[in-house]
Formats: sequence, structure tokens, C-alpha cells
Amino acid sequence: MTMNLIVPILLPLVAMVILIFTRKWLFFQQNFSLLASVALTLVSLMLLLDVYGNGIMSLQMGSWPAPYGITLVSDTLSAIMLLTTSFVSIVVMIYSPGFIDKERQTAGYYPLVFGLLMGVNGAFITGDIFNMYVWYEVMLTSSFVLIAIGGSAEQLRGSVKYVTISFVASIFFVAAIGIIYGQAGTLNMADLSYRMRTWNDMPYINSALMLFFIAFSIKSALFPFFFWLPASYHTPPVAVTALFAGTLTKVGIYTMIRFYSLFVINDVEFWKVFLLVIAGLTMSIGVMMAASQFDIRKILSFHIISQVGYMVMGLAIFTVNSVAAAIYFTVHNMLSKTNTFLAGGLVYQRSGSYDLKHLGGLYKAMPFMALLFFIPAMSLAGIPPLPGFFGKFFLIKGGFESGDYVITAVAILVGLFTLFSMIKIWNEAYWKKAPDGMPTNGRISRRAVVATTLLAAAVIALGVFAGPVMEISHTAAMEITNPQIYINTVLGK
Amino acid sequence: MLFLLAVLIGVLYGSAVYLLLRRNIFKLVLGLIFLGHATNLLIFVAGGLTSGFPAFLRGIAGETEHMSDPLPQALILTAIVIGLGVTAFALVLVYRFYQVTKTVDLDELADNE
Repeated sequence: MTMNLIVPILLPLVAMVILIFTRKWLFFQQNFSLLASVALTLVSLMLLLDVYGNGIMSLQMGSWPAPYGITLVSDTLSAIMLLTTSFVSIVVMIYSPGFIDKERQTAGYYPLVFGLLMGVNGAFITGDIFNMYVWYEVMLTSSFVLIAIGGSAEQLRGSVKYVTISFVASIFFVAAIGIIYGQAGTLNMADLSYRMRTWNDMPYINSALMLFFIAFSIKSALFPFFFWLPASYHTPPVAVTALFAGTLTKVGIYTMIRFYSLFVINDVEFWKVFLLVIAGLTMSIGVMMAASQFDIRKILSFHIISQVGYMVMGLAIFTVNSVAAAIYFTVHNMLSKTNTFLAGGLVYQRSGSYDLKHLGGLYKAMPFMALLFFIPAMSLAGIPPLPGFFGKFFLIKGGFESGDYVITAVAILVGLFTLFSMIKIWNEAYWKKAPDGMPTNGRISRRAVVATTLLAAAVIALGVFAGPVMEISHTAAMEITNPQIYINTVLGK
Repeated sequence: MLFLLAVLIGVLYGSAVYLLLRRNIFKLVLGLIFLGHATNLLIFVAGGLTSGFPAFLRGIAGETEHMSDPLPQALILTAIVIGLGVTAFALVLVYRFYQVTKTVDLDELADNE
């Protein structure tokens, strides 16, 4: 059923419209948005099973034949990303009512989350570069308001930086589209890739691709464009940060994988070395900057950067195994990262602070909640049997297989540093003796605990079922490394 | 015409970057606006300039070579609308920022730690 493809965009749209008009009914907002995100997850799951069983699906909007109209395409990668995003949204929807204050909730928090989800989902399944830009804007505009909602001075400071840098990234994106359209005369990604195979104007293609690369590396916070992320992500309530960490930055990575697969055709050697250098620098600088921080949210924000480096490494090596590992790693990261942020939120509810200097003794004060942080933290550090271990293991295996020893060595070292800074949070917040005057009786919302537990369970499940998930990632990677299948499906050849 | 537009785009990009690097937060917003317009013009020029022909024709056979490409215009229209939305939001944000912090100096953005 190819009509299913429109549902991941349509459902959040309808939910958003309904939620806008019922903004003041808090109870309805909370439950309806949870219901909508569960529905979204079911739809995404059906789509994944469908695509995994029957191959890539495409839908021509308005029945305009392929290169002329807007095409929606879903391959296994898109479906995996859709499913993970919507699952993260369920967790955040359970968590939010217990964490975010009533003013923010009734000021339009829920409709904005669905605006964000619509943009993210749209970016995952569109097959048209300009349409991709529009979905990026839908997602960004929602995120602008989400990050500023509430309007505390700290948030406003973060928002100004975030809005400015996002706008600049979009400008790079749309300028690249204009330039590429001027030469190729098409916006359909499959058609563009098809034409590029017989088009040898390398300086021209590479300069447009470099503009795309800058746009997406700003969005996914790669070296040297990552400074905005730790400067703004810690300002909104932690539920919003968790949602951003789990969905927004990963859209940049998804787009990068898609574009690399379709458009990097001739100059593969250059792009591989370039991306590997960027990946290595992103990983190592991110993790080192994390080690010097004392705010839990800032440590975790710098970690987002470092982890993105691993995904780019898998992409740059571009063998089936390494891309499969990168996809598995992305899924793991979306879940584990969101989970650590949510667990950080629980710490805040109990003790009223994110600052490690003012925290301590939380293992004694809340042993179960400590476990909820311990699971994703160890997963990020790469301790078996959690998914982070398998992700890194397959990435490193892929690196050795293709003979890229330097980046593989960097990846292993960075893993060590990650463990160090996770242990730092653990020691400071949970094991150290509580400093004088630290409140240890803050009320922790039950909903927040349920949400965090659900996500921690999902992280464990992803580790336990690493085999089957890896198999699906493998199929996705096969499609990514053989873009001909994608092109043929879209163009109906 | 092409040369003129190219110079104009360059000037717009240059002014935009200059304004973005100023410390006044209102100039930052102006810079964003300029950046948006420069890019719109860039798309327009990159799409190929055909002067004197309409973008749409009413089904006259053999006339298609006498029309200008409508797609870049449609793209710019979309980009303008998006740019308007973002600019409106940025203006409100900057105004709120001024109300809360009582300053227009971007150096105030640094973390107070």
C-alpha cells in the first residue's frame, strides 16, 4: 500500500491542528498527544515491515510522473528512522506532563512537538531536494519556538544563537539547491543522481556538494560547526532537549547518508578522506570538551557531537558493513542519548540542579533512578551487552575490514574517553557524598519515571536483539550502497 | 544584466556577513534578511535568465523555447515566504531579548559562568 507513505506526514499535521485549537485543555492535550504518537509509531512499524518485506516504495504526489512532481520515497533506512523517531516521541510525550510546567504546556508545547515531528518525518521520506528544504524549515521553525517557549533569559540567549545559526545553515542548503538546479534542471533526487552519472563537471558538482555538506554539518553539529549546540541545547526544559537530541540532529545525519549515497559518484576518494578527517576531529574534540564540563546537560550535549562523529565514520568508509553499523549506531544513539537526558531531568527534579559540583549521594537517595541513568550511560560508553557496544564493535570491524586503521584507532580511543566522562557524572552525581545543603527530597513525577524506564527497557532490548536489528540495518545499508535500486524505483525504470 | 545581478548578489552577501558580525542584535536580524534576499537572487540567476518571455504559455505548439523557466520563480516564492516567517519570529525574539536583558549587545549572549 503505497498510500501509507503519506500517513507519517499527515498524522502529525492533523494532530497539530487539533492540538492548536484545544490549547487550554491540558488533560486533553496530554492524552491526545500521547495517543497520536502511539498511532504514529504503529504506522511507522507497519511501514517498516512493508518496506522490509517488499522493497523500496515510492508515491508520486498528485500523480505527476517521476521527475516532474514531488516524490515520496521510503526505503528501509527511512522506515527505521521514522520508527525510532516516533518511539522517542512516545517517551517524550509520557515524560513531558510530569516535567514541564503548566504555563509552557498550555502555551502550545504539544502542537509544536507535532509540527517538529511532521518536519522530521517529511525530511525522512521525501525524494525531492527542494521539498527536503521545506521540511527542514517546518522542523526548524517548530524547534525555534520550542526552544524559546517560556522565555526565560537563559532560553532567549540560547534561542538567538540557535535561530541565527539554523538560518545560516538553511541559506547554505537553499543556495546549493539553486546552483544544482541551474545546471541539472531537476530537483528529484533520483533523477539528479541518474543525470550526475553522465555529468563530469567535477568542480561544479563538488562545490554544490560542499555547500550541502556545510548545511548538514551545521545541522548535525560536526567539526568545525558544532559550537552552537552546547551553547543552546541546555537552555530549554530537559524534555525538549531530549526530543531535539533524539530527533533533530539525526535528521542531518540521515540526509548526509542519503546524499552521499546518491550524489557522491565520481570523486569518492576525496570525499572519503575528507569525511574521515571530519569524523575523527568531531569525535575526539567533542569528547574532550565534554570531559571539562560540570553541567550534566552540557556534558551530554558535547557527547551528542562526539557520537555523531561515529556515524559519519561509518558513512565515509561506505562498505555495506560499515553503513549498516552506522545505521544501527544512529538508532542506538537516538534511544540512549534521549534516555540520558531524561535521567538527567530526574536528577534535577530530585535535587534542583544540573551542576555536578552541587550534586552527590543520589545513588543512596534514589537507587532505581540511578540505574535508569547507568543503563544508557554504559550503553553510550560501549559496555556489552548494551547496544552501544555492538554499534561500536561493528563500526570498528568495518574500519578494519576496509583498512582504515587511523580512524579506527581514534574511534577506540574516543570510546575510552566516553567511558571516562560517563563515569565522571556517575561518580560526582551518584556516588560522591552529598554536599551540604543539597535538597534530596524533591518530588519526582511518576510519569517521568515511567517514561525513562520504558526508554531504558528499549535500550536493553536493542542490545539483546542486536542480531535481528543488525539484519534490518544490513538491508538498509545494501540499498544505500546500491543507489541504483532507489533510482529505478522512483523513476519507474 | 547577468553581470549586474552577480554584483548585486555579491554586495548583498558581503553586507549580510558584515551585519551578522556586528555586536548590535538588531543588525544581526538585518543581516539575516540580507542573507535571505541574496540567496533568493542567487537561485533566480542560477535558474538562467531569459528576458522578455513569460513563465506560462497557453498551450501554443512550438512556443516552449520562448518561455522562461517557471520553477526557480516558484522556488523563490517558497523561500521568500519561509524567510518572512523566520524574520518575523527573529524580530519578536530579539524584542523579547531586549525586554528581558535590557541590552542590544550580543556580547551579553556569552554564558555568565
